[in-house]
Amino acid sequence: MKKVIISCLLLVFAFALTGCAQKDSEKKVYVYNWGEYIDPDVLDSFEEETGIKVVYEEFEMNEDMYAKIKAGAVQYDVVCPSDYMIQKMIEEGLLAEIDFSNVPNISNIDPAYLKSAENFDPGNKYSVPYCWGTVGILYNKTMVDEPIDSWGAIFDEKYSGNILMMDSVRDAFGIALTYLGYDLNSTDEGQLEEAKQLLQKQYPLVQAYVVDQVRDKMIGGEAALGVIYSGEAIYTQRENSDLEYVVPKEGSNVWIDGWVIPKNARSKENAEAFINYMCRADIALKNFEFITYSTPNAAAREMITDPDIKDSPVAFPDQSVLDRCTTYRYLGAEVEAMFNDKWNQVKSE
Amino acid sequence: MNIKNTLTHAAEKKPDSGVQFSRVNKVKWLSFPYILWSAGFILIPLVLVLYYGLTDNNNSFTLSNIALITDPINLKALLLALELSIVSTVICLILAYPLAMIMNNSKMQSNSFTVLIIILPMWMNFLLRTIAWQNILEKTGILNTVLKFFHLPTLNIINTPAAIILGMVYNFLPFMVLPIYNVLIKIDKDVIAAARDLGANGTQTFLKIILPLSLPGVISGITMVFVPSLTTFVISTILGGSKIVLIGNVIEQQFRLGNWHTGSGLSLVLMIFILISMALISKYDKESEGGNLW
Repeated sequence: MKKVIISCLLLVFAFALTGCAQKDSEKKVYVYNWGEYIDPDVLDSFEEETGIKVVYEEFEMNEDMYAKIKAGAVQYDVVCPSDYMIQKMIEEGLLAEIDFSNVPNISNIDPAYLKSAENFDPGNKYSVPYCWGTVGILYNKTMVDEPIDSWGAIFDEKYSGNILMMDSVRDAFGIALTYLGYDLNSTDEGQLEEAKQLLQKQYPLVQAYVVDQVRDKMIGGEAALGVIYSGEAIYTQRENSDLEYVVPKEGSNVWIDGWVIPKNARSKENAEAFINYMCRADIALKNFEFITYSTPNAAAREMITDPDIKDSPVAFPDQSVLDRCTTYRYLGAEVEAMFNDKWNQVKSE
Repeated sequence: MNIKNTLTHAAEKKPDSGVQFSRVNKVKWLSFPYILWSAGFILIPLVLVLYYGLTDNNNSFTLSNIALITDPINLKALLLALELSIVSTVICLILAYPLAMIMNNSKMQSNSFTVLIIILPMWMNFLLRTIAWQNILEKTGILNTVLKFFHLPTLNIINTPAAIILGMVYNFLPFMVLPIYNVLIKIDKDVIAAARDLGANGTQTFLKIILPLSLPGVISGITMVFVPSLTTFVISTILGGSKIVLIGNVIEQQFRLGNWHTGSGLSLVLMIFILISMALISKYDKESEGGNLW
């Protein structure tokens, strides 16, 4: 009997504790962002200026983030997914509409990017563009004997063991489909199968499948070629001047990451205050200088003082480059499962 | 687990156990924090895994998640994981047994110093140590830089199964050394002296006295190395460059993609292997009657 009483008491105590922990969410904003995707000083200054405490967490892949939001176990106020994932989350009703009267700084965003954001967020109701960029090849000039301008290089046996491939389903298949001359949003099973076979042929040539690690490995001269997001290119070039970034001639993916508010957010007001702060020109500039991912913030770009960066072909490529790039679209659960299945087959060679 | 049992058992094993035993019984409620802990963080998650593993998306009963282990990809990952974890367990055993014997026989004043040396690396985070190995083994890493400096051939084992085995052995070796050492120091020196008195030579003493008496330590060491090696996904990701897919990676991937049912089903299959090693442990760990918490 005694045991039962004690265990009951402990249980009550445990519940009381969890109850307490949930109370004071008024002045907090829970942010879930990509790894190394913000200047930490910006979070501090946001806390100082608004009095809202930032609880900050990071993810490495859209799919990781989605699984966590979908499960609903963790409530975030602001999340930063990519285009196709935003579309998927809108379609599944996971996102709340943003009240733009609380986000006046949206006027800083170049209308061109808002327009391309309509591809995945019609009417710009759910998202605010944060960063954008392309997927391309970063290569070490001292380790290749020809200028790299084609995806063919990362499928070339010449570079066996010297290739770092993107460990991300959509990017890997996007590249393979583009190289084969297909649409990177293809849902045709035959084309996907062909892409899979190409990736399987590439498997023995790949040194490692990486996402965030590609940066340090390329700086360290670990590999000759690495598939990388354009935003990382400026940073790596600063650290190692032998590196060069190229968007291959076959075309590539252009992506936009945007702030969204999940439906189960604890505080939509705090979330909107945070998004508004991120759109402020000086803050966007600070973030751009720190993470070197292209900013859609026109006012911030105006403020860039270094002309090499302001007109950098990596950060702000020509329209001709963008013309051969495509955004990912969400292709539905079935096709997505097919992608994952084929990717698993590639990886388990 | 085994070390703790043996320790508490040794402490309890005193004469006039009647008085002792009732005192032990009275303070049993002290174990409730632990029982609460294990209910919250072991039992309930286990039940959830069981539930998810045996149901499909519509919450109806199915065995298809478990049957997925026969899928060529998953089966291959399981077999590779078994192979690598068996190899690393054997290597750990070969390294750890002599080491434990040396530690036991050393005339060092304080045994705790030698134990400290074994435990010391564990004061650093497991992930950091594994990433450090990545930096050491990389193509342009520390090891190859040194080798190149001396004009020796470079070693390219990063992103191969060999690197994963190295990572497993490095990370789990203390779990093999400590249980064996713990058993060895408890072997009564008089028993060994008696064997020598009766004419047994060194080899015979080892084979007939020391080895059988140290078996419980060896068995628990094997389990403590084999189980984490079999289920690891971090070591294979970091040292295998995501190129080598073990069953742990498959399960992690399923959970990452939100396929909880598939992930749980495959986890249940893994659990069979863990249960087998638990059964082995309890077979050799017969002393547990005294220290029963429940």
